[in-house]
Amino acid sequence: MDPIRESLLKKSHQAKLERRGRLLGLFCISLIVVVVAAIFYFVASRGLATFYHDKINLWDFLTKQAWNPGTKDSHGIPEVGALPMIVGSFLVTIFAALVATPFAIGAAIFMTEISPRRGMQILKPVTELLVGIPSVVYGFIGLTVVVPVIRYLFGGTGFGILAGTFVLFVMILPTVTSMSVDALRAVPRHYREASLALGATRWQTIYKVVLRSSLPGLLTAIVFGMARAFGEALAVQMVIGNAALLPHNLVSPASTLTSILTMGIGNTIMGSLENNALWSLALILLLMSLVFNLLIRLIGRKGALKP
Amino acid sequence: MKKRILLIAVLLLGLLPLTACQSSGNHGESITIVGSTALQPLVEAAGEQYGSEHFGKFINVQGGGSGTGLSQIQEGAVAIGNSDVYAEEKSGINEKKLVDHRVAVVGITPVINKQVKVKNLSFAQLKAIFTGQVTNWREVGGPNLPIVIVNRSQGSGTRVTFEKWVLRGAPAKQAQEQESTGMVRQIVATTPGAISYMAFSYVDKTIATVNVAGVAPTVKNVTTNRWQIWSYEHMYTKGQPKGLTKDFIAYIFSNKIQEKMLPKLGYIPVSRMQIQRDLNGKVTPVN
Repeated sequence: MDPIRESLLKKSHQAKLERRGRLLGLFCISLIVVVVAAIFYFVASRGLATFYHDKINLWDFLTKQAWNPGTKDSHGIPEVGALPMIVGSFLVTIFAALVATPFAIGAAIFMTEISPRRGMQILKPVTELLVGIPSVVYGFIGLTVVVPVIRYLFGGTGFGILAGTFVLFVMILPTVTSMSVDALRAVPRHYREASLALGATRWQTIYKVVLRSSLPGLLTAIVFGMARAFGEALAVQMVIGNAALLPHNLVSPASTLTSILTMGIGNTIMGSLENNALWSLALILLLMSLVFNLLIRLIGRKGALKP
Repeated sequence: MKKRILLIAVLLLGLLPLTACQSSGNHGESITIVGSTALQPLVEAAGEQYGSEHFGKFINVQGGGSGTGLSQIQEGAVAIGNSDVYAEEKSGINEKKLVDHRVAVVGITPVINKQVKVKNLSFAQLKAIFTGQVTNWREVGGPNLPIVIVNRSQGSGTRVTFEKWVLRGAPAKQAQEQESTGMVRQIVATTPGAISYMAFSYVDKTIATVNVAGVAPTVKNVTTNRWQIWSYEHMYTKGQPKGLTKDFIAYIFSNKIQEKMLPKLGYIPVSRMQIQRDLNGKVTPVN
């Protein structure tokens, strides 16, 4: 066989390399898929045991207010009402996002539209620094600075939704800011040029064109921040007070799904109702993060910029 | 390029057995102990001392809480499970297979913020505070200040013991919960009107203790059961201990640990107790 014919019929070196690379990629992907599926299966099997094995009514679990898995109420049913934690988690998440959004978008506009050079030199390193700070540090600062200040200003113990909001606000700010910057950058240059050419001022351009066309990206940034706030455990646990009560106001002790989960899990026995109830909280957390992910996808698809 | 990838792969593969070598390569023996964070400092210190005296023997000590300790020992995943409470008191534990070693006694005292100048509370008053019937210090002879309850997390050994002897079955008021005694101490120290409870060894100058029914929280009063809020610290083994586990438990019971180390760390040696108390709270004198 002549060498030309042989080289045409046999797989080339490059083709082999490519196949190997593809197999490696496939292996990695499938490993991740298996791990994620295993996590889902594990959390779901434990979390659903509360309802199937211990016969707790799902509706009661979501709407009752008493959380005392070890004790039984007057009807002999264990007190597992997760409403205070669910409300607490949503409140801190929404408030943190509400406070963080104006700051984040303002900073992003400054960094992309108003003063890109200075923004990149000062603001970007600062936000990147904020991302790298471990959450226990945020929690500790919250405990030693934010809580006493709130106690001094508003009375009460200082622990509560408000302290949690402050800590989470600082934690999600860098995430939301850097994603907003990316969203604003993605707006094509000719949009701005066309707007300015039509006689719009810079503010009108930012307000009517840049922000409007990057809206899906900005929403994605906010939802990402919310997802992070919802799942944060340590820092919130240190400042929220961890009382399984519906909050009367922003400075009364409350709790989140994560804070009750991390506090209780070491004191319960695998397979007991107390333990299963905590896994049910974990299941809610997992489902919520799934919802946040779907929301991001939905926003991305529906709101994509159509030229 | 290809060679480099191969090299990296070989290096990675080479790392795998290394992780296993750590535990088996030293030709020593080791056991793992998990559980109660209240007992952890003692077991850690004793384990370290044991390791330095017995070459090649290693005691790994981890926290995780009494529940973790009991469930891990039930599954046989560890050599010893530490707990602040009797195995019978935790649901989901089959205590028949476990052997209880009561290694120490811990006294628990109510603590208050220093601004609350209350020196003495009766059991009824304490119960009224923690069940939420009394919400202002004025009602129990203190200043006009709202009461702020700080609890340990549900199922914590300290909390179970405190509620067992103070509330006696009455439901506790939902209030703040904290995961560790250190956090509780800091919050009680800085929050006006705060009340909580903790082991004697954690009490310091930043907070104040309260006499209960005229009895001061002292070691001496615990040994005679005049101070009733105390608990045994348990080390549970699955079946009778063997080998290193047996040696280490014997070491914990030795004079060196019981008489020298325990008091220094704030525990009360079982040998000093003039009475003993069983699971149901029945008190009998020690002969």
